[in-house]
Amino acid sequence: MIGLGVADPSQAQHDTLVVEDLTVAVGTVEVVHQVSFALEAGQRTGLIGESGSGKTLTALAIMGLLPEGLSANGRVLYRGRDLLAMSERELCAVRGDRVAMIFQEPMTALNPVMKIGEQVSEPLRLHRGMGARQARSAAVQALERVRLPDPVEKMHAYPHQLSGGQRQRAMIAMATACSPELVIADEPTTALDVTVQAQILELLVGLVEEGGSSLLLISHDLPVVANVCQRVLVMYGGHIVEEGSVDDVFGEPRHPYTRALLDAIPSLDEDLPSRKLRAIAGSVPGLGEFPPGCPFRNRCPRADDVCAVMPAIEGSDHRAACWHPLA
Amino acid sequence: MLFRVEHVTRMFLLPRTRLFAARRVLTAVDDVSFELRREETLGVVGESGSGKTTLMKLLLGLERPDAGSVAYLGTSLRREVQVVFQDPASALDPRMRVGEIILEPLRVLRIQEDHQARLAELMEAVGLSRAYARRYPHEFSGGQRQRIAIARALAPRPRVLIGDEPVSALDVSVRAQILNLLEDLRVGFQLTLILVSHDLSVVRHMTDRVLVMQQGRIVEEGTTRDVFRAPRHPYTRLLLDSIPRLRRQTLRPRL
Repeated sequence: MIGLGVADPSQAQHDTLVVEDLTVAVGTVEVVHQVSFALEAGQRTGLIGESGSGKTLTALAIMGLLPEGLSANGRVLYRGRDLLAMSERELCAVRGDRVAMIFQEPMTALNPVMKIGEQVSEPLRLHRGMGARQARSAAVQALERVRLPDPVEKMHAYPHQLSGGQRQRAMIAMATACSPELVIADEPTTALDVTVQAQILELLVGLVEEGGSSLLLISHDLPVVANVCQRVLVMYGGHIVEEGSVDDVFGEPRHPYTRALLDAIPSLDEDLPSRKLRAIAGSVPGLGEFPPGCPFRNRCPRADDVCAVMPAIEGSDHRAACWHPLA
Repeated sequence: MLFRVEHVTRMFLLPRTRLFAARRVLTAVDDVSFELRREETLGVVGESGSGKTTLMKLLLGLERPDAGSVAYLGTSLRREVQVVFQDPASALDPRMRVGEIILEPLRVLRIQEDHQARLAELMEAVGLSRAYARRYPHEFSGGQRQRIAIARALAPRPRVLIGDEPVSALDVSVRAQILNLLEDLRVGFQLTLILVSHDLSVVRHMTDRVLVMQQGRIVEEGTTRDVFRAPRHPYTRLLLDSIPRLRRQTLRPRL
């Protein structure tokens, strides 16, 4: 069973990461509101949401990588230690070693003037205390693991000399070099072609499975999450509005927003009776411009007056934050 | 028939990688032939580097073929063939008001008619409030900006509308609205639609016929129904197999 991991202390040891009441604010404007969830050891969890939902800010807050002007409150417990309360030095010891992040665009995340080999060796030297030679051979192994062609040659290449898919492989090699317990991947395949995406996702799942790591996969792409993850968190307007197993959430969604998202995606395998899709009215408000109360209420067919107050997220294994959930 | 494309090839010289190296040639579109029929919806799918955008530029007259021919069989290419791009933010001039943006093609093409009446018509057709005409593009969401771009494309009463990844930059919850709008406009204005997309589910849903492109060539062509149900080219099968479905199955990358 996957619980909240918040109330039950016996659960905590099975959880790699427990997020409690995480709030992110831009200046004084709160954009992520008291988000709580737990990532069980070895489990793959998807965090889905559209632009402005707060999914990337949640990840950056966990990693202690929020840009200037943004602040995080609450607790992010990794092995019982609060990452938010750590000093930058303590955090550096965890980040890149025990908790690693993979970004959407490796071209901006990789250092353009540093050879691939040096970048993949860096975490090994920093966190594993390896000498230059040992780190080099470990880096070659890491590049072999991500099936980068000609790994020994590629050690001397600069990021711009690799294709998009190869760069993403190199970044995954760097992120997983120290066998982290948690990998956070923020839209890791959004910039890639579908055939390359399939390879990278398979690689990522293989690596986290092999290393027994937990994966938090952030994506706007529901089918990607459905194929990679076991659990899913749905974010909208800075709130987690639904959480549960992939089968429950995508099979029997309880939040009207999740249902609407699923309805809006055309099927690849069936002919639909009409070319008209079931669209969601309105547009996604900008960050911090969602209505007070339930953030979806101005677009929701089920909304009424009680929705002016944000409902608590309720349920045990399959939870939804809605006053009028679907049966 | 509206377009007849025969054995078209378009090549580009790549920049030198070293000072004295010979410049390499990239064949972006390689011996491509197809026809665009009246009032059909044609899907063009392929990955980056497949040549689909270059092919659209050839249709629009923005690129000249190095070999072969592109014939528009209507009256006026500039007026009758219009395009909507992926990213409305970069396609709309930030210093122009929405009304000026939408009417720009009428001004540029010197089309004589009551511009204000046409503006009202267009804004209604794409579901924008008339009051927005005096605002600037940055005041709008991505979906609304795409509506502005569509209204501009429709202004000169085109017969052919090319959508080059028209919903790829939009949020999932907004994408369906814009696809529905394109479908309504297609029926309402008897448009012939070309939909270029890497999103095969969108193409399956919206189109009658489809061209599958790989490395500048058309590798498969057929009715959308046939191509998706029984793909014949291995590349089409690979594309279809690579796309994750909501109903879980194992990913089967086979490159």
